[in-house]
Amino acid sequence: MTDTTLNIEKVRGPWADVWAQFRKHKGAMAALVMLGTLAIFCLLGPLVWRIDPNFIESDTVKMFKMRNQGPSFAHPLGTDQLGRDMLARMMFGGRISLAVGTVAMLVAIFIGTTVGVMAGYFRRIDGLLMRLTDLFLALPLLPLLLVMIFLFRDPIAGVLGPRLGTFLLIVMAIGLTSWMQAARVVRGEVLALKEREFVLAARSIGTPSRRIITRHILPNVLSPVLVAATLGIAAAIITESVLSFLGLGFPPDFPTWGRLLYDGIAEIRTYPERVLWPGLAISLTVLSVNYIGDGLRDALDPRIRGR
Amino acid sequence: MLTFTLRRLLTAIPTLLLISLVIFLLVDLAPGSPLSDVPLTVPPEVRQKMLEAMGADQPVLVRYLLWLKQFFWIEPLYGIDALFGTDFAQGAQRIISWQSKMPVMDTIGERLPQTLTVVGTAYLIGVLIALPIGIYSAYRQYSWFDQAGTFFAMAGFSVPTFFTGNILILIFAVNLGWFPTIYDTNLEVVDWASFKQMLAQMALPVMVLALFNAAEISRYTRSSVLENLGQDYVRTARAKGMGEGKVVLKHVLRNSLIPVVTVIALGLPTVFGGAIVTEQIFKINGIGAMLIGAINVSDLPTVQTVTFIFAVLIVMFNLIADILYGILDPRIRYD
Repeated sequence: MTDTTLNIEKVRGPWADVWAQFRKHKGAMAALVMLGTLAIFCLLGPLVWRIDPNFIESDTVKMFKMRNQGPSFAHPLGTDQLGRDMLARMMFGGRISLAVGTVAMLVAIFIGTTVGVMAGYFRRIDGLLMRLTDLFLALPLLPLLLVMIFLFRDPIAGVLGPRLGTFLLIVMAIGLTSWMQAARVVRGEVLALKEREFVLAARSIGTPSRRIITRHILPNVLSPVLVAATLGIAAAIITESVLSFLGLGFPPDFPTWGRLLYDGIAEIRTYPERVLWPGLAISLTVLSVNYIGDGLRDALDPRIRGR
Repeated sequence: MLTFTLRRLLTAIPTLLLISLVIFLLVDLAPGSPLSDVPLTVPPEVRQKMLEAMGADQPVLVRYLLWLKQFFWIEPLYGIDALFGTDFAQGAQRIISWQSKMPVMDTIGERLPQTLTVVGTAYLIGVLIALPIGIYSAYRQYSWFDQAGTFFAMAGFSVPTFFTGNILILIFAVNLGWFPTIYDTNLEVVDWASFKQMLAQMALPVMVLALFNAAEISRYTRSSVLENLGQDYVRTARAKGMGEGKVVLKHVLRNSLIPVVTVIALGLPTVFGGAIVTEQIFKINGIGAMLIGAINVSDLPTVQTVTFIFAVLIVMFNLIADILYGILDPRIRYD
């Protein structure tokens, strides 16, 4: 029994290492702050700025006076062609844009990971699933997305209502057309993992495939999936705004940033700020998400950690 | 190499057939009738006759096979006839647009040159910007130039083209008045003045697209050059006293360009997709604008054909990229 105090540093978990590496990436940290600010603006902003984004003055005379106002204390970003408050609309639109990005990414990652794990783990269906992936990669995605949304928007809106219907359709359409990269990356990782000793050990004590996948394979493919997911949000937000820009996006009373930009384009010469704000918001969000993805990729790669 | 090329060509055929089926069914299964724009006062017998005249009353499979035959057999025959003045097609039925009642291929033939001039120039300029940036960023890794290049690339593919496009229109066309906002497709280059006009109207769309393309290609070039700079042969070249310029521009560049060339080939079809947006911004009457126009009036034959042409481009450039990779890199042997 000695009473020497042991100065052992607290053991750090793997995520602490990742975080320590991530913090060294200046661009990614700046992007994280930027994205946080944008998210707070969209999510908590409406609690402070309590104007209904779809409020149109019912008195016509007043409504005409409210239209196309410049920045003022009552409306810091001015009002649009129907007298709706632009700041409130930007917050509202941002929430939908971020929601579309996140949900579409989840759909894409879910399909991608499932296909990737299945193809990597079960050799029998590997060929078939990879042919399917190749087929999807060879499809002209933007034209098909446009066709899908144009043709199915009204029928689905008829069943689920215009808001939920459009949201689900766009999210599913984007998810269904952007899972291929994730599937390829995951398959490659799984192929390598499957030959590792711990998987072999698990299999030799009779662990069923389902449990090997959930307990041993999935936690180990988490890092590439995380990176793909981050970049997927950016891609989904861009795709949604492209659809909105081509007039095949959300209805005007349920706008995204892309839709706000599209609405502003008609009057870009007289009121350029109505294009500028949503455009800046989209660009900054996507830029931050891409930087965060870049930083995550560096942080999750153990080969370059600690440099 | 030859067997590989042949094998890849042969596997491309079922892929294309499958893609054409997917496109056809997706467009076809969608609700909505080709007559939804025809007034309701038109009596049902007449509607039935109109459907028959369009061939829209046939079962899906029959229409699919007919479309395949028209796309792969009859349309090429018409193409040959137009080139050599022969008469192979003998008036066989072509793919007719429901909107304009004109052969779809004729319209595509009218629209494609506009898209190709803009997209082609933009891609070329994009590559020319991207290569020096990528090479120098890699050579001076972590320098301020590299940081700026990284930011430029990140911004290039984060800022959507419809935003940059409209901002450029606002600055250069509306405020400064240097360039026109709308692309005039009827303009023919006959003399110096019209050539200058052509350059002016191409400047903005080309700038937007080139910026976007340069962003991605410069990243690939950078990482490829970086990878090669650490190789043993570079050390050898330096050790024997070769100048830096020669090492980088001759030894490293040649090897680093192999993957870049394939990325350039693979990226071309996506550029056509991106051109849909650019054409919409600058009102260029190209193939992308044609697709959007056809989608908005449910002109199914046009939508199917144009979408399938995009698919053919993708499959073709994938093939070209694969073959180029095999030719350029002697380490790759497919057999």
